[in-house]
Amino acid sequence: MTAISTVVERQLPSWLKIIAPITVGLMMLLIWFLAVDVFAVAPRALPSPVAVVSELVLRSDIILEDMGVTATNALIGLAIGSIAAIALAALASNLRPIDGMLAPLVAALAVVPIVALTPILNTMFGASSQFGRQTVAAIAAFVPVFVNVLRGLRQTRPVHRDVLRASAATGLQTFRLLTMPTALPYLMTGLRIASSLAVIAALVAEYFGGPADGIGTAIATYAKSGRAALAFAYVAGAIAIGLALFLVTSLLERAVTRRTPV
Amino acid sequence: MTIDARLAVRAAGVGKVFPTKDGEVVALTAVDLTVAAGEFVALIGPSGCGKSTLLRLIADLDSASSGTLEIFGKPAQQARIDQDYGIAFQQAGLLPWRTVKANIELPLELHGVARTERSVRVAELAELVGLTEFIDRYPDQLSGGMQQRVAIARALATRPSLLLMDEPFGALDEMTREYLQSELARIAAETEAAVVFVTHSIPEAVFLADRVVVMSPRPGRITQILPMGLSGMTGDALRESSAYFERVTAVREALHGAPVERANER
Repeated sequence: MTAISTVVERQLPSWLKIIAPITVGLMMLLIWFLAVDVFAVAPRALPSPVAVVSELVLRSDIILEDMGVTATNALIGLAIGSIAAIALAALASNLRPIDGMLAPLVAALAVVPIVALTPILNTMFGASSQFGRQTVAAIAAFVPVFVNVLRGLRQTRPVHRDVLRASAATGLQTFRLLTMPTALPYLMTGLRIASSLAVIAALVAEYFGGPADGIGTAIATYAKSGRAALAFAYVAGAIAIGLALFLVTSLLERAVTRRTPV
Repeated sequence: MTIDARLAVRAAGVGKVFPTKDGEVVALTAVDLTVAAGEFVALIGPSGCGKSTLLRLIADLDSASSGTLEIFGKPAQQARIDQDYGIAFQQAGLLPWRTVKANIELPLELHGVARTERSVRVAELAELVGLTEFIDRYPDQLSGGMQQRVAIARALATRPSLLLMDEPFGALDEMTREYLQSELARIAAETEAAVVFVTHSIPEAVFLADRVVVMSPRPGRITQILPMGLSGMTGDALRESSAYFERVTAVREALHGAPVERANER
């Protein structure tokens, strides 16, 4: 009896699942508002949420423009990094020597603080090029996609391989009908993780030079020049990019994993 | 040559050795076995007697280390490429992202059969295994017994003259099992395919087979081949006949020459 009631208690009604986080969020905004505007107990650098929202509305054109720059860098990086990762993972899963060569390199790449490379890359490609930032995003996206795809390509079950072999399937047919569909959910998981990393990498890369545009550059500039409200408005823009990419990749992942191996 | 071609399986002195870290393991030695076209042969024996290995050799999923093995007078590899056999395993092995229909037609799709022709054949097969209403479902929406029937339909898709089955009902409950045994007996009779059927179950072997091949382990080999001669009867009449119980006893005694089986291998 107790076991049943605890199960029931754990299942929140669906409306509460949506309402609860919104309420908590609004309460935090309220506390923020009260601390800054009413009681004035917050540090001076912390702007009021009202000021942040008004900056967000007032400067929406330049914020959107910079969001476009950062989002484009993140997307290009994500695309290049993922394509390279898929190609190399496919090679590694088919050719054992290549796997042996790549595995330690990718492990090494995973522990490199990629952002540390940014000043060097920015200097290499020049102050007017976005290429350094895109490269950083690409490297950041590469690792999770490579690791997940390689894992996914090795998940085919022996009984499925036997079925295809018994049906005299060619290597290409086996890849198309078995290996690829098996690996697809893993690819989607990799992409979901990589999408967040690519946005963070593209944004943080802007703190270390390069062209004078993008969300990261704006945040650094306005924070230094004391326009904290505008800097916060840009942070909201950064969150929007990350969230949008995360949502899209999560939905893709869910669509693909609907029929995951039993 | 003509005699060979009428034999579904001809194995002469077939052996299989698996190399392992601790040296070689002899899985199968000196197997001589023929299966006539249309004949139902059950392979029975304790774990490790090589019955599944023998089936995998016939299916060319592994290759024999010694001896000759011919399927309809051809080497096993050629028979596999020509789709002379269909196969079903203990796990249904259905592709979870494909519907029942798409799973059944997989072998046809692999060999470039046109879409309309495939649909006709899938409808026939679904009818044969009694799954007509379920062809648009996904495997995870089916019970274990239904999944296994889909696997059998897939094995029959290319109209093979030989059906290879590796404990296909091993993971099912007794009721479903008996039901599918009767279904399989009917399907084998209708399709006139030869069947090589691996099982742990003495009643299952006796119920289904024309001949029961008794095997023993270490090294895996055939110890006895028992003709059943029960072809006149089917269904519950067969299961309840005294001849049936005599055969069960005969197979059990033949198995006792081998090490005693574990309790779950009834």
